[in-house]
Amino acid sequence: MTGTTPGSRLDLRRYARTDVALRTPVGYADYKSTGLRAPLRTPVDLPHRLTEVTGPLLGEDRVTAADADLTKRLGGEAQGQRIIVHGRVLDSDGRPVPNTLVEVWQANAAGRYRHVVDNWPAPLDPHFDGLGRVMTDDQGRYEFTTVKPGAYPWGNHHNAWRPAHIHFSLFGRAFTQRLVTQMYFPDDPLFFQDPIFNSIPEGARHLAISRFDYERTVPDWALGFQWDIVLRGAEQTPFETEDDGDVA
Amino acid sequence: MTQPMTTPSATVGPYLAIGLTWEGGEFAVPADTPGAIWLRGTVFDGNGDPVPDAMVETWQADPDGRFDHPDDPRGAARHPGFTGFGRSHTDSGEYAICTLKPGRVPDGEGGLQAPHVDVSLFARGLLDRVVTRIYFADEAEANAEDVVLRGLPEDRRQTLLATPTDDGYRLDLHLQGDRETVFFAV
Ligand SMILES: [Fe+3]
Repeated sequence: MTGTTPGSRLDLRRYARTDVALRTPVGYADYKSTGLRAPLRTPVDLPHRLTEVTGPLLGEDRVTAADADLTKRLGGEAQGQRIIVHGRVLDSDGRPVPNTLVEVWQANAAGRYRHVVDNWPAPLDPHFDGLGRVMTDDQGRYEFTTVKPGAYPWGNHHNAWRPAHIHFSLFGRAFTQRLVTQMYFPDDPLFFQDPIFNSIPEGARHLAISRFDYERTVPDWALGFQWDIVLRGAEQTPFETEDDGDVA
Repeated sequence: MTQPMTTPSATVGPYLAIGLTWEGGEFAVPADTPGAIWLRGTVFDGNGDPVPDAMVETWQADPDGRFDHPDDPRGAARHPGFTGFGRSHTDSGEYAICTLKPGRVPDGEGGLQAPHVDVSLFARGLLDRVVTRIYFADEAEANAEDVVLRGLPEDRRQTLLATPTDDGYRLDLHLQGDRETVFFAV
């Protein structure tokens, strides 16, 4: 075996930690399900070592071209407002994250999920399963075609409705960059009463909302929405300068 | 220069299985791989009830302590079929990952970490993933030298030690309560 000798030091990339004031907390009192689930003890700081600065690089073998179009499934065309959702996956240094897997899932245009425990009486769409997968390209870009998901009611509080949203799952290239989140649509009137949206600190909420994109809107076909996703970048050390190529 | 702000996380919600189910996701190696083990455990909530709609993801080194990743400066892992990554839903509350037992991994400061598996746990009711590690109770010597375990009080350390079973190891994860698992901020 030719492994590194235990005595050697490894110079590893470390990842920036997002300011707690701008991160979604794990638990949030107004979101009832957190009550018995969100851990109550303060998490222990884990410095970034080899296990944390590496991560699964899941690739093309999990994705086919058809996975990027959620409107053509099960032998027909989905009902609803056709939309194109696109954007870039970046890190907080502004660098694109290329060739990374993006997984999405969502309700259909009526706000119903194709899932055994979703039993609210909105129609299922025989041609919509709500699942998409894409890889970012070498510039970190992703794009998929779908229908705009409907709002849906849930039992969290009286007259509770989730704003329209698409669930996103991203890996980046390191364990530290793993992110599961939700993309919202501009000016949704349901934001005010939604604890999942409002659990995001106020200064970061705009980052979860997509932008209507007239440029990407296709005549006689689909509305465009643009949403960039930013994963954690490299930790900035006090010794690093903008021009770090010159620093020994 | 202002840096872009990181995108805030959100819960996977109750319907994660739509987007995050993969055929064979629980296999970090094929089941017939020599040395394959199952890591199993139940995820419990604050009432002590199993959590039937969570997802456990694992990431780990190979038996030589190497990662299948270009940022491991020691070069490629050499265990064909081993991905280092497993993903398991907890229908019935239990996760199960088929993998190889990891080797010791340099801690970057001149020492070696004990064999461990990094774990992300996602569920409805968690607005961000929670992160923990699985260590192995039968690695007493390595565990005693491990920089992470040594930083924990003895009773808390126990929440991370998987115990041997017929086909691998078992570690239950407790989101809350007296036996709340040690979760890490990464
Ligand atoms: Fe949802």
